[in-house]
Amino acid sequence: MNKFTPIIPLACLLLAACGSDNDSNTIVTPVPPTPDPAPMQYEFKVTAINLTNAQPLSPLGAALHTSGQFWQIGEMASLELEQLAEGGDNSGLLGLPVVNSSASSEGAVGPGQMIELMLTTTSLMDQKLSLVSMMVNTNDGFTGLNSIDVSQMSVGDYAKMTTRAYDSGTEANSEQSGSMPGPADGGEGFNALRDDVDKVAMHPGVVSNDDGLSTSVLTSAHKFDNPLMAVTITRVK
Amino acid sequence: MKAKLLSLVCTSSLLAMSVAQAADIDVKITNLTQGIYFTPILVGAHNSDAHLFQTGQTASDGLQAMAEGGSIDALSATLDSINANTLANPAAGLLAPASSAMGSLTTTQDNTTLSIVAMMLPTNDGFVGLDGWEIPTEAGTYHIYLNAYDAGTEANNELVVDGSGAPGTPGIPASPGMAPGTQGSGLTTTESNMMVHIHRGNVGDDEAVGGKSDLHNTVHRWLNPVAKVTVTVK
Repeated sequence: MNKFTPIIPLACLLLAACGSDNDSNTIVTPVPPTPDPAPMQYEFKVTAINLTNAQPLSPLGAALHTSGQFWQIGEMASLELEQLAEGGDNSGLLGLPVVNSSASSEGAVGPGQMIELMLTTTSLMDQKLSLVSMMVNTNDGFTGLNSIDVSQMSVGDYAKMTTRAYDSGTEANSEQSGSMPGPADGGEGFNALRDDVDKVAMHPGVVSNDDGLSTSVLTSAHKFDNPLMAVTITRVK
Repeated sequence: MKAKLLSLVCTSSLLAMSVAQAADIDVKITNLTQGIYFTPILVGAHNSDAHLFQTGQTASDGLQAMAEGGSIDALSATLDSINANTLANPAAGLLAPASSAMGSLTTTQDNTTLSIVAMMLPTNDGFVGLDGWEIPTEAGTYHIYLNAYDAGTEANNELVVDGSGAPGTPGIPASPGMAPGTQGSGLTTTESNMMVHIHRGNVGDDEAVGGKSDLHNTVHRWLNPVAKVTVTVK
């Protein structure tokens, strides 16, 4: 278990800022060229369990990136996030220029099901791991991990965490027939129209017909509470 | 199907043996909910290979008996059989909403991880749980927040039925603290996820007689976390 936050001592920064006035003469001996070693391979294993009762999770997308965030609370969702949150399509987010390694499960992850993904990269520096998936029996609900620093993990280290439910804010939570792509409805996925608050926030949960939303096609079975997934990230190589 | 019994496998690896250290710990459990009761609580310190429950796995028969009827007899016996150190029923009965229970444990041998379970009333098969928390070797006070789980063994029909605490009998055995509604028609007859998972919460309704649920929608709900555990390692 092992996320270290590197703290750079102030002294170091001052030292670096000083520059060098070293004037000693050094004889540099040319080093014979060595053959390029095979690039170092780093590998992470991600396992995730769907902890909901009846919310299949769209194909789980995992990505390594050194900068950027897939979403931020209070900010507008990107088009790529909207495509994931409304339609379960992770290809936009995984295809972002900042992503240097990605993997996606072939199909949706059903309730109670566990999925495993592998991510490989040739550099560890500044690597962050993100995970995204849509709760498909919602209008625009998604879950995942946003920029978890894995650059300090050693081989064999693992980190266990859980994920929460978010709302992309790009589609009203009508729960109406034809508005959700999951099996409870079989309705529309992505639609470019933004008819909600247009800010990412925590998901308020689904209401369902059983709970008094008379126009909802969802039942009490589709309700959920946090957390949504149990995730283990292991550096295997 | 229900073959996922508590793992009895005891590895005798050198690693496991090197950390064999006795510890005295106090365990305090606080029910954080506003209207949900906990049935007798079972606390166990056991080897790191054992589990009282695991998300994504089917419930053992003992877990089902606890989650549907509040009986911790079978799980206690299983813990005893693997030489776990147990603290059974520290609240001496029900633990009421927003109240605490406390007890002590002395751990022995390789019993380095802590698990806790108790049924939540009124639910069909909901329970509060801690699965294999590694007991710190350093003295100090540690806080853990627990979620509500669904054993996945019974449909959440939300009907209060006498005698339904028996495994496999649908219904909620009791509604302490507040008389339940009556003559509900039942919210559902199926359970989508038959593995142990996060409980989706009670729904309830606002009808004292009839409606779908016998529970009250302004009283019997909760959001995670539902319990706080304070462990003091001496």
